[in-house]
Amino acid sequence: MKRLIPLAALAAAGLLGVAGSVAAAGRGITVKGSDTMVILAQRWAETYMAGHPGSIVQVTGGGSGTGIAALINGTTDICTASRPMKEDEKRKLRDRFQSMGTEIAVAKDGLSIYLNDQNPVKQLSFAQLRDIYTGTISNWKQVGGNDALIVPYGRENSSGTYVYFKDNVLLGRDYSPRCQTLPGTAAVVNAVVRDPNGIGYGGAAYAKGVKDCAVSKDEKNPAVLPNAATVKDGSYPVTRDLFFYTRVRPAGDTKKFIDWVLSDEGQALATKVGYFPVR
Amino acid sequence: MSGTASLLDTEPRRGTLAALGSVARRRARRVREAMIAGLLRGCAFSAVAGLLLIIVFVLKEAMPVLFDAATRKEASLAAYFATSMWQPVGDIPKYGILPLLVGTLKVVVVAMAFAIPVGVMAAVFASEFAPARIREALKPAVEMLAGIPSVVLGFFALIVMASWVQAITGAHSRLNAVNAGLALGLGVIPTIFSVSEDALRAVPRSYREASLALGASRWATAWNVTLPAAGAGVAAGILLGLARAVGETMIVLMASGNAAIVSRDLLDSVRTLSASIAAELAEVVVGSPHYATLFFLGAILFATTFIINVVAGLFVERLRRRLAGA
Repeated sequence: MKRLIPLAALAAAGLLGVAGSVAAAGRGITVKGSDTMVILAQRWAETYMAGHPGSIVQVTGGGSGTGIAALINGTTDICTASRPMKEDEKRKLRDRFQSMGTEIAVAKDGLSIYLNDQNPVKQLSFAQLRDIYTGTISNWKQVGGNDALIVPYGRENSSGTYVYFKDNVLLGRDYSPRCQTLPGTAAVVNAVVRDPNGIGYGGAAYAKGVKDCAVSKDEKNPAVLPNAATVKDGSYPVTRDLFFYTRVRPAGDTKKFIDWVLSDEGQALATKVGYFPVR
Repeated sequence: MSGTASLLDTEPRRGTLAALGSVARRRARRVREAMIAGLLRGCAFSAVAGLLLIIVFVLKEAMPVLFDAATRKEASLAAYFATSMWQPVGDIPKYGILPLLVGTLKVVVVAMAFAIPVGVMAAVFASEFAPARIREALKPAVEMLAGIPSVVLGFFALIVMASWVQAITGAHSRLNAVNAGLALGLGVIPTIFSVSEDALRAVPRSYREASLALGASRWATAWNVTLPAAGAGVAAGILLGLARAVGETMIVLMASGNAAIVSRDLLDSVRTLSASIAAELAEVVVGSPHYATLFFLGAILFATTFIINVVAGLFVERLRRRLAGA
């Protein structure tokens, strides 16, 4: 029994230590939102914390909409979003905080079109891509591939990527009802890896085990693969900005972190993770 | 009760103060009994209160679909059946719930077509044919199947089973109603097995002995005597399994492909009511027509499983009376 006492003291000290660090984390910067940006934001946070001892940046995902809701509810300092804020979200923010919020583009994302390795198709035009996802084109034969039905995969309609793709690639038209929706980009990649006739879309950073499809703006332009050069000069057509949102103009620790993210060091890290610098 | 009393009575009762002490003790005991009874009553009613609160909450959030003019412009009962497209996010949202109803029906039909024969026959084997040793191993094993988290079953169906199903059926899409239905069936079998097995074992031995004495084989006895006698209980097990299949979310979300298609083909991808709620509710704007619609879907699911459960309860009651009367 006596021997247990030092042990208990140790455990208590450990608990206090944990409690202490949790309390400290409460004073740090919280970053919440886009699942697409979770890996990127985490790298940023890790490297920033390593270079700035004493600062704490906590990153969680959940989706762009979840992050914006958290921003409106006041439970996160920075919200990451892979799509611009919607009108009704801006209105809610204004009602609560008398502020329009601050939008900061922090990186560019080339949305990759994933194809199965065995698929002979190597390139698609922007219009073909739209026709595949709206269901006008349903066989790979129609775009120079095998005689096999196309199986389009996409994200759930709660995803920022879903909305981006619908607005910018489908030009607002409806997805084909045959488009299968999966929870998360990793699940989309996984499905295309296993499905020789599958096609999917998602962040370039996730493309493991599948091949990127080259995309051309139209018949006159050559099809290009997404890389730093083609995304930056705009010749790759499926790109979008990734955002940080704050309730008010950033100040203090939050401003320091955002400034660092926009610095050469932060932007270089974005490239390393698979995204592209914003400037 | 008597146990507690006798324990208390063994306490020291020497001395002249014993009589006085016992009055105080009795009072203390009464107070304690009342407190315990109150606590238990509180627990029992908190469950009921929780259920009521959930019903009220779901219905309240679904109400705008029926009564709120602004919501009804986009999402109303008429709008739900005016189109067979489910595209709630976009410039012109389309809330056709027909594909979701069809999808749910398809998955549930496949799941039950798989789970009923397997679950009931396994129960017949366990209660009528298996030697005690095998039965002792079989029951916990099947019940452990019930303990597998549905997300694990769903993941298995997404990664492994879908490829098998596609190889066997030659389906055009890997994730489809058959794949989701089979995975769902695995989740439902333990319920059907467990309740059916209990019902079969509750059939009095005299039934079986009478049948065997008349020269019937063991199989004939099980099929013609025991199973019909336990029929109501087996039916209850099937209905409880059905209720679970209708409401189960994670397995179908992962294994079905979630494409909102209206078709008869079981090898098409399907989107179910429960998976739609799970996938979409997290990001929907609170109070929007889409939000109210998802709660309306929840109310449909709730009503369905509630009715199934009530009917299952009636069956169990009938079985009890029948066996008691025998």
